[in-house]
Amino acid sequence: MTDLRRLPLHDLHIEMGARMVPFAGWEMPVQFAGVMPEHLAVREKAGLFDVSHMGQVILRPRRDMAQLAADLAALMPVEVAALPEGRQRYGLLTNEDGGIIDDLMFANRGDHFLLVVNAGRADVDIAHLRAHLGDQVQPVNRALLALQGPLAEDALAPLVPAVRAMRFMDVITADTLFGPLWISRSGYTGEDGFEISVPTPGAEGLARALLRNSQPIGLGARDSLRLEAGLCLYGHDIDETTSPVEAGLTWAIQKSRRTGGFPGEGRILAELAGRSERRRVGLRPEGRAPMREGTKLFAGDRPVGIVTSGGFGPSVGAPVAMGYVEADAAAIGTQLLGEVRGKLLPVTVSALPFHQTTYKR
Amino acid sequence: MKYTEDHEWLRIEGDLVVVGITEHAATQLGDVVFVELPEVETMVATGDEVVVIESVKAASDILAPIDGEIVAVNTKLADAPGLVNEDPLGRAWFFKLKVDDLSVLDEFMDEDEYADLIG
Repeated sequence: MTDLRRLPLHDLHIEMGARMVPFAGWEMPVQFAGVMPEHLAVREKAGLFDVSHMGQVILRPRRDMAQLAADLAALMPVEVAALPEGRQRYGLLTNEDGGIIDDLMFANRGDHFLLVVNAGRADVDIAHLRAHLGDQVQPVNRALLALQGPLAEDALAPLVPAVRAMRFMDVITADTLFGPLWISRSGYTGEDGFEISVPTPGAEGLARALLRNSQPIGLGARDSLRLEAGLCLYGHDIDETTSPVEAGLTWAIQKSRRTGGFPGEGRILAELAGRSERRRVGLRPEGRAPMREGTKLFAGDRPVGIVTSGGFGPSVGAPVAMGYVEADAAAIGTQLLGEVRGKLLPVTVSALPFHQTTYKR
Repeated sequence: MKYTEDHEWLRIEGDLVVVGITEHAATQLGDVVFVELPEVETMVATGDEVVVIESVKAASDILAPIDGEIVAVNTKLADAPGLVNEDPLGRAWFFKLKVDDLSVLDEFMDEDEYADLIG
């Protein structure tokens, strides 16, 4: 067994009663008060997540930002050059087969880009980026906190008044007594909120200050929140075999990129033209039994797909799931069957998200 | 009341054994959102998976602690799975077993021994 890495806020988590579990090579808090109350606290008030396990990578141009933007755009089917300074965007690194190496956020911070990538993919991403961008790729060692929920702005504004003026996907730098904070108005819960990169020595002080007006949230609620918001979890809902089109992420491919010039363009452009064999869909099981990852899906007796994320949606008040089904079974309202412990239970293809998002646009 | 190493409690009620899970188990599971109960009149053997409990985190099985026939199940749990967290030792019993010989319960832990087990 390999040693698990510890978060900078490890001791604070223990102090707050976290139950710790291994995740992506890290020892992570899975819950504090309980998944259900934590989930609802984020929907109704404000919750604080320690997501320091995620990879933070700076791309600092060797020459100029325009050239770096062009080089980064050669790795993603996403518009990079037109992203203004002070804005963030969702991106996807694709492979030559049109599969997804990772999904990420990238921000134009004036003289560099800041990428936030999945913890379990950080090593792969950095190697891939370095192969194409060389020493412009600079991993960052900082803590990362996510403050999410309708009261997130009120919890952060006493420390950083400027956040009140931020819109969804804006990024700023704020000098505080915890060090320079890199703040984006974004998250992984479907709620309004912020993601805050903080120098490691200032992380505990910042967390304690934010916890005066929020409560700690573990990985369990992070998963149920993102599932209700219809957001993909890498390694489950998307991976190196799923294309962005199959994954229902075509919104992330701006019109300017629908002519190619990125890895896997053959498959991705063909699928954009309407030839994808399977689609990621939302799924609402009819009864109370959750349909977990791996549940096989049938149309009558014909196998048509599989659940890739599933569980109970605390805000929905019922089980919710996402999965891949063949194109002819992907229309919203299609009645399917899911195999749960040997029984075929009814499930309906449903629109995503399950819970309305409340981003501040 | 008797206790198993799988964190079930067993209570004698007339000639039947009532089975539920302990408060410790309910806390570990987290919020229960679904309970799948067996059919009545099912014969079960020790170690059979009899009940499925789904919490917000994962699915867990409740195993038959002894051989017997299931003569009653708590159908309230189908509509109110949260009872498992609210009242695990009382209203959230799972099933009642008819057994040949109630003395089989002697081998299980009493309350003090169970308290030692969970520390």
